[in-house]
Amino acid sequence: MTIDSKYGVPTVAVHTNVFERVVRSVARVNGMPRARAVFVPQPVMGKTARELREYVDGNDPVTGRPVMQEVIEGLTRPFDAEDLKKMVYERTTPRLVEPATEDELQRLFLDNHWTDTLPIILPTEERVAEMLAHTTHKPDEVVGHMRPTHFREYWEYTVEKVAVNAVMAGARPEYFPVILAIAASGVSGRGSTTSSAAGMVVVNGPVRGEIGMNSGTGALGPYNHANATIGRAFGLLSQNLQGGSEPGLTYMGSQGNNYAYNCVTFAENEERSPWEPLHVTHGFNASDSAVSVFSGCRSTAFTLGLRERHWQNHVRNMLRGMDPHEQPCLVLDPITARQFIDRGGLDTKDNLVDWIYNNACMPAGEYWDYQLIQNYIYPRATYGEEPYASKLKAAPDEMVHMFKRDEIEAVVVGGETNGYWRIFGARYGKTVSVDEWR
Amino acid sequence: MIETLEQTHTRSGARDGQLTVLNPQGFPPRVSPKDMAPRLDTLEGKTVYLVDCRFDDADLFLQQMQAWFREHLPGVRAELIQLSSVYTRDDPETWEKIKATGDAAIVGVGH
Repeated sequence: MTIDSKYGVPTVAVHTNVFERVVRSVARVNGMPRARAVFVPQPVMGKTARELREYVDGNDPVTGRPVMQEVIEGLTRPFDAEDLKKMVYERTTPRLVEPATEDELQRLFLDNHWTDTLPIILPTEERVAEMLAHTTHKPDEVVGHMRPTHFREYWEYTVEKVAVNAVMAGARPEYFPVILAIAASGVSGRGSTTSSAAGMVVVNGPVRGEIGMNSGTGALGPYNHANATIGRAFGLLSQNLQGGSEPGLTYMGSQGNNYAYNCVTFAENEERSPWEPLHVTHGFNASDSAVSVFSGCRSTAFTLGLRERHWQNHVRNMLRGMDPHEQPCLVLDPITARQFIDRGGLDTKDNLVDWIYNNACMPAGEYWDYQLIQNYIYPRATYGEEPYASKLKAAPDEMVHMFKRDEIEAVVVGGETNGYWRIFGARYGKTVSVDEWR
Repeated sequence: MIETLEQTHTRSGARDGQLTVLNPQGFPPRVSPKDMAPRLDTLEGKTVYLVDCRFDDADLFLQQMQAWFREHLPGVRAELIQLSSVYTRDDPETWEKIKATGDAAIVGVGH
């Protein structure tokens, strides 16, 4: 749309048909509802030249008309009256929903895609007021902006709006500063990406104990009320405050993601960790309370402990099992965290991250052939962006790093019932003070 | 302490078993109209850029579209061009080049 409206070049955009609703919606909210779009079948990826030529020679699966006829008309057909309409619209969100019975409201919230499809606590004024009483911030203060994907517009939200979603999730009012801090990160727990991402939240500092969060046995769920409902609140506030998370429109995750139900929210077991807590790694004092918010949580590698003879290869295998476009976050039971020290001498988190960085390697030829690397990294490499540009110079058999060092995270959680641990592919977004939202 | 629905019902003043609750949605920005570029009278003799978004083999698809132009509209100069970097970033250099040396654009394959 930019090249058409800003640079004055008549343009037609070609999309695959499963994105029709998304394309129309994005065009509308960007002020060009009549932007010319033509559709071809999904997928383009992986198709042969012959198959792609059939797409070109064939019909638009949305309209049933020849693709190339639509392309040419899109560039040459004069505007009609509808094209020339100047559409301006203010969109508002009413503060209240029309009064109705409890059953009717549960149904309304479900039908409007305002829930995760599980029953919610209805956000009455009284419940929201009780939530608001647990922060010194005013209800109408703007907390932040969020959007489900980069090509959609940012929506804005206030303290009260966050409180409404916190109530719906079943959160207790004393959790509210943590939920506000998550919302203030601007990171969405309901990204629209076709890759089916979830959010992830690590809570650090004294607030963990104050509100009874679990960092020990069963911390990742579903056995702790604070962990469960704070994470659920993150999901609900994301979908409602960013402008929706509706499949086929504002959510395009092909498979969906069970992690999204509570956005993998837990407290770090700082007391049993041999390393600095996550929020300290990101510039906070240990005595601060903070949330570290991740997006893109989907892949998981898993094993038990670190064996004496082959632990290094076992860990390398886990890393090689990840897509190199992921960002690894090691989620370690305290038993395994100490094993990294006992087996490998990795006595600081810096040393651990160094080891992971240096051992997560693959041949350059394989690396560049990953589809996500082709989509998101290769274009940046050819643009000259480092470290990708240098990596592009490697011979196909030369080993290259899979991940950037500063994209590797580690957190300790678990009750030491055994040394199980995992690597989540999750993209670190931001660490935000909880104390500032009290 | 979260109150019961019955207490809420009483306090909200709703009648006949009705509740008043808050809308959970955020605030959308104002939508302002953008003008589309004037369309061309004809493509004959014009340069049309096929803009590769560099996503999911879009380049291979656009090569086939370029071949179609060669076969069916040889008077149209269909030129392939890649975005400079990843599709999530604006690319003013490429847009300026297309504006300076082209007449129209076909951008694909987006999602």
